[in-house]
Amino acid sequence: MSATESRPAEQMPEKHYLNADYGIRSWLLTTDHKRIALLYLVSVTFFFLLGGIFAGLIRLHLLTPKGALLSPEVYNRMFTMHGVAMIFFFLIPSIPAVFGNFFIPLMIGAKDLAFPKINLLSWYLYMIGGALALYSFMSGGLDTGWTFYTPLSSVYSNSAVAPAVLGIFINGFSSILTGLNFLVTVHTMRAPGMTWFRLPMFVWAHYATSIIMILGTPVVATTLALAGMERLFHLGFFNPQLGGDPVLFQHLFWFYSHPAVYIMILPAMGVISEIIPTFSRKPLFGYKVMAGASLAIAIVGFLVWAHHMFVAGQSAYAALAFSFLTMLVAVPSAVKTFNWTATMYRGSISFQTPMVYAFGFLGLFLVGGLTGLFLGTLGTDIHIHDTYFVVAHFHYIMVGGAVMGYMGALHYWWPKMSGRMYSETLARFAAVILFVGFNLTFFPQFLMGYAGMPRRYHSYPPEFQIYNVLSTAGATILAIGYILPILYLLWSLKFGPVAGRNPWPSTGLEWQTASPPPTENFEVTPVVTWEAYDFENRPDLGLDKPVIPAAPASGHD
Amino acid sequence: MHRTGELYGHFETLDQQKESASLGMWIFLITEVMFFGGIFLAYTVNRHANPVAFALGSNTLDLRLGAINTGVLLASSFTMAMAVWAGHVGKQKLITLFLILTLLLGGIFLGIKGVEYAAKFEHHLVPGSSFHIPAEDVSAAAAKADPYFAAHAQLFFSLYFGMTGLHALHMVVGAGLLIWLILQSRKGRFTAKYNTPVEMVGLYWHFVDIVWIYLFPLLYLIDRHK
Repeated sequence: MSATESRPAEQMPEKHYLNADYGIRSWLLTTDHKRIALLYLVSVTFFFLLGGIFAGLIRLHLLTPKGALLSPEVYNRMFTMHGVAMIFFFLIPSIPAVFGNFFIPLMIGAKDLAFPKINLLSWYLYMIGGALALYSFMSGGLDTGWTFYTPLSSVYSNSAVAPAVLGIFINGFSSILTGLNFLVTVHTMRAPGMTWFRLPMFVWAHYATSIIMILGTPVVATTLALAGMERLFHLGFFNPQLGGDPVLFQHLFWFYSHPAVYIMILPAMGVISEIIPTFSRKPLFGYKVMAGASLAIAIVGFLVWAHHMFVAGQSAYAALAFSFLTMLVAVPSAVKTFNWTATMYRGSISFQTPMVYAFGFLGLFLVGGLTGLFLGTLGTDIHIHDTYFVVAHFHYIMVGGAVMGYMGALHYWWPKMSGRMYSETLARFAAVILFVGFNLTFFPQFLMGYAGMPRRYHSYPPEFQIYNVLSTAGATILAIGYILPILYLLWSLKFGPVAGRNPWPSTGLEWQTASPPPTENFEVTPVVTWEAYDFENRPDLGLDKPVIPAAPASGHD
Repeated sequence: MHRTGELYGHFETLDQQKESASLGMWIFLITEVMFFGGIFLAYTVNRHANPVAFALGSNTLDLRLGAINTGVLLASSFTMAMAVWAGHVGKQKLITLFLILTLLLGGIFLGIKGVEYAAKFEHHLVPGSSFHIPAEDVSAAAAKADPYFAAHAQLFFSLYFGMTGLHALHMVVGAGLLIWLILQSRKGRFTAKYNTPVEMVGLYWHFVDIVWIYLFPLLYLIDRHK
């Protein structure tokens, strides 16, 4: 905290990427990765709010056991559209498309990504896919679950499956092109001196994410195309009546959709790896292991898909293999959690808002990850499969983990993107509200799931009502935690204090250029001569020499 | 991003630009492998599960036309490689000539494919309400072994049209790319110093060729009785 107070107030730069050009065409036809990132920011926020409205309706409906608000058919549409909007149109693009796009070139010292026009195309594909999904929602919605299991989705459902599936198909190519862009950029566009092992962990995380994007997404594209063709042309790939196999759909679907969850969490882990060193004033512990763990998660993540299908009739030997591999994939995630903790050990810790989100991430991701092991264990999974235990598990990871990471990123890099600081008091308050609301919403779901309440049910036995009421109460608090940032961040654009080049301060290259950055990112191409997170050897940060007390001889701290 | 000569503004050197283009095209081709891979997997699983019905399906495919098409595509890969070579040595007229030859051969392939599709339509082998296999074509043993014989045969044709259709779609895109290249080449854009687009489209074209190399044996040649 002291470093920011002692430096003289800085000015907003004269010319930067936001005022470099005016008019709607300069935004809709931009190839500047920073502007494209903001285009994505607006679009994903829209889908986040839409998904949130569906969630609100679900929670409202579930206040009473008989389900008074929505009919069963409409309820099915609510949870389906909630899942589709949140997973495909918010979570999967979120951190990569907003913060990856904005910061990867800045972090490696480049002027832009390798393929700026393809970057813009990615956004348009996302928008077209999103429009199709919206069309599906507005023509009566979707009732198949976001998992589109056949033959319900391909034969029997009376809902707008075809436009939704087409929209997700097109959106998939947005993801593929983003991943392709990132991979090539990291390989070919690094500034002189920016070697692989000097890259910020955020870049490694996106490299690993991009591998999953390019290998996994095409498979779900084919799968949805086959299911769509089955629906439209009455073919029989997955329909038993026509000689097809519904379990084949499940294998093909989960082959992408499991790695997809790593697309959602790896970027958030990359964000945490940036925030914790900055607010501990200490290098990331175990840099190479962290990079290796990101890659290990990406690769092993492709080997566990059938843990979603333990009760679908697979052989005991297959189940055994997938259960074992599921245990394996938890290991690199655990290693990362230990390394973040070790990063903080004997660091100079400050609790600004990004760090509050990072702490939230650590606790909630831990719970979510551990409960994944319960689900990966064959015996227990029979009991808790398709219950609220699963719902709680993945919300702990996706909301408690990925969304916390997204919010942390938003608060960490807001000064760089906008040139302004937000109200720290309000922001910290909102982060705490979010944490409390989140736990109240989702912890009861572990309990009710374990007690037997199935997921995707529109009514339930009266003994589960107390859990549901607590959960809905939590959801209201959670909603406040999401609305507040929208308000104070927008307010800060006009009225917030000028942030300056490096307000935290942090060691990354992105903090060496102005806030907001100029269109070409750097006045002069930087030449990198320092290691990542090297707080000790960066006098330019204006930090006092970090005081790490020597271990006392007596052995007590 | 503006362009001075052939160098785009966000790249530092032409070498960096070429390396990026090349890596980008290879990664894109990897995604195409995964894309076709999904449907190839569906085919393989179903072929294994329904060998008799799928054997009947394979035997209805025209082996001669399939073989001619294979030769046509291989030749087109040769002319494409020649176009890339011509690009490397900067022989502009030859670049245009070989690109046109590649386009022509691709057109022949698509034409023959059209003939095959028309024949399937005539014989009521297109999946859907008009699909029909005459009873005399189904041996008694086969019908007894597989109560869903007709459904599985239709599944073969769904996969046949899906796989070859997807492949043909990629060829049409390739033809579009070739037309664009021919127009650029006639303006003299490609030299020994700068011929990256020719090389990149070459990579794409060879990939589409390789997909056919797999499609032909998998669909036409397995369990052939004649």
